[in-house]
Amino acid sequence: MSGRQPIFEAHGLVKRYGQVVALDGADFDLFPDEILAIIGDNGAGKSTLIKALSGALQPDEGEIRLDGKQVHFRSPRDARRAGIETVYQDLAVAPALDIASNIFLGREARRRGPLGLALRILDKRAMRREAARHFADLKIGVQSMAQPVENLSGGQRQGVAVARAAKWAQRLAIMDEPTAALGVKETRQVLDLIRRVRDRGLPVILISHDMPHVFELADRIQIMRLGRRVAVVTPHTHTMPEAVAIMTGATKSELDRTLVRDTPRESQ
Amino acid sequence: MSTVDTTSAEQPRATPLQLLRRIATAPAVGPLIALLLTMAFFSLKSDRFLQTQNLSLVLQQVMVVGVLAIGQTFVILTAGIDLSCGTVMAFGQIVMTKLAVASGVPPLQALLLGILACVGFGMLNGSLVAGLRLPAFIVTLGTLNIAFALTHIVSNDLTFSGLPSELLFFGRTFTLGGADFTYGVVMMLVLYALAWFGLSQTAWGRHVYAVGDNPEAARLTGINTRRVLFSVYTLAGLTYGIAALLLVGRTELGDPNAGQTTENLDAITAVVLGGTSLFGGRGTVIGTLIGAVIVGVFRNGLTLIGVEVIYQYLVTGILVILAVAVDQLTHRRRL
Repeated sequence: MSGRQPIFEAHGLVKRYGQVVALDGADFDLFPDEILAIIGDNGAGKSTLIKALSGALQPDEGEIRLDGKQVHFRSPRDARRAGIETVYQDLAVAPALDIASNIFLGREARRRGPLGLALRILDKRAMRREAARHFADLKIGVQSMAQPVENLSGGQRQGVAVARAAKWAQRLAIMDEPTAALGVKETRQVLDLIRRVRDRGLPVILISHDMPHVFELADRIQIMRLGRRVAVVTPHTHTMPEAVAIMTGATKSELDRTLVRDTPRESQ
Repeated sequence: MSTVDTTSAEQPRATPLQLLRRIATAPAVGPLIALLLTMAFFSLKSDRFLQTQNLSLVLQQVMVVGVLAIGQTFVILTAGIDLSCGTVMAFGQIVMTKLAVASGVPPLQALLLGILACVGFGMLNGSLVAGLRLPAFIVTLGTLNIAFALTHIVSNDLTFSGLPSELLFFGRTFTLGGADFTYGVVMMLVLYALAWFGLSQTAWGRHVYAVGDNPEAARLTGINTRRVLFSVYTLAGLTYGIAALLLVGRTELGDPNAGQTTENLDAITAVVLGGTSLFGGRGTVIGTLIGAVIVGVFRNGLTLIGVEVIYQYLVTGILVILAVAVDQLTHRRRL
């Protein structure tokens, strides 16, 4: 156990929908510079946990802490203000708008001086330049920031969504099944991109159904079952079948034994 | 993916062929070609069509529908529709003329109150669509009837004439290069310039497009989509109020039967002919201006070659369906 503090954590989250308990005292923690994957069967509480962490819903009980301080997100806007960006599986981009407009959507840059202040004129050149620089940093190859997003492939479109999250996320990014709608080659592009985002120092929470991808990309893997965190493993300590066994309940895991508190990259 | 190619923001200098392609695919080019073809057709059918006096008449006939179509463009860009535009304008027109003529309200105040009545209808539409999330089609079908009824109730089915000169300003003409222009036409062009500016040069414009294009994505990026929708319907109401003022200037009457038959469909037709997609998120006001002129040219040309009014309805009806069909086939969602 290292003394590193989690950047983002949750304790004892409970969310009920009538008789159904979606979260039953779930815990969660994310450390700096890591990709934390969250896996679990359908109904294990993955989506509910993510919604609670991203402000899309409010848990009935439990606490969420960002940098050790308790936070209450009443909406995704609150979470975004706190520096948490979310990427969704269903390509949340505006297809008719160009790439730069999508990157800056809702955060448009205005011209300096009276034109920007009084007339609120957009600084399109600055936005295109900045978006192009950001894309170059992330090694996403596209022809022009002025082309509409609908002219891009599915992988490139999701690349736009990931790039937008990476640009604005001050603290961390949540990727909710970011490759679920993509083909094999495009999935590869997006996975590489997510790794580069992490390498640039932004911690990432990755929700995915795809075990090989999870084991390839994640530094730690949080396994959800019946609304709880039942284990945290790493690709080094557990094999894929072992993780699936914990996920499905075939292996009863002693939480403390399988809990890995540090990122493997640090401990190696 | 891992290769970085030309990510420079600066557009590389376009070759003539690329330039040609860019021009050919620019949003307003299709409507412009349609307009030129229409004008060519009518100039072959009638010698009078291309005469300066006739063309300036077309513009005067276009100004009311042209201004209505600006508000309609805002609404359709958000994937909505405003069926109430014509009757709301009619109501505004009755409010301003009745107040000025029959109620002794000072002309400028009467004028402003008439415009405000239209803004009020816009806010009502906006609250119902954005706040209660009711479908725009049904909401505006309702307000169409409410405005229609109020127009007849308030006017008592009377026509108001003998209007003060303040209300007639936009019908006045000036001569430029041998052609007569009304100040209303100038007003229309100014409003188009403002709408172009708002839609293409400001963050608000971006948000209007985004809300129509992918409302969920717009919401998730933190855009207050309800506020955008409300502002769109309210501004649309404002343009209907100004259209009412232009209508009064042109007809020099407050007529309870004005604006209730052709203007609604003509405004929507103008927007769709102008290349704005009924699915939202795509289109320009420049296209709408061209679309409005196409509608005006059709009405004028059909009259010139002696087609009865009832057949003009027939043609406009076919025209709008054709334009929507083209929109369907070209803009079908690719996501």
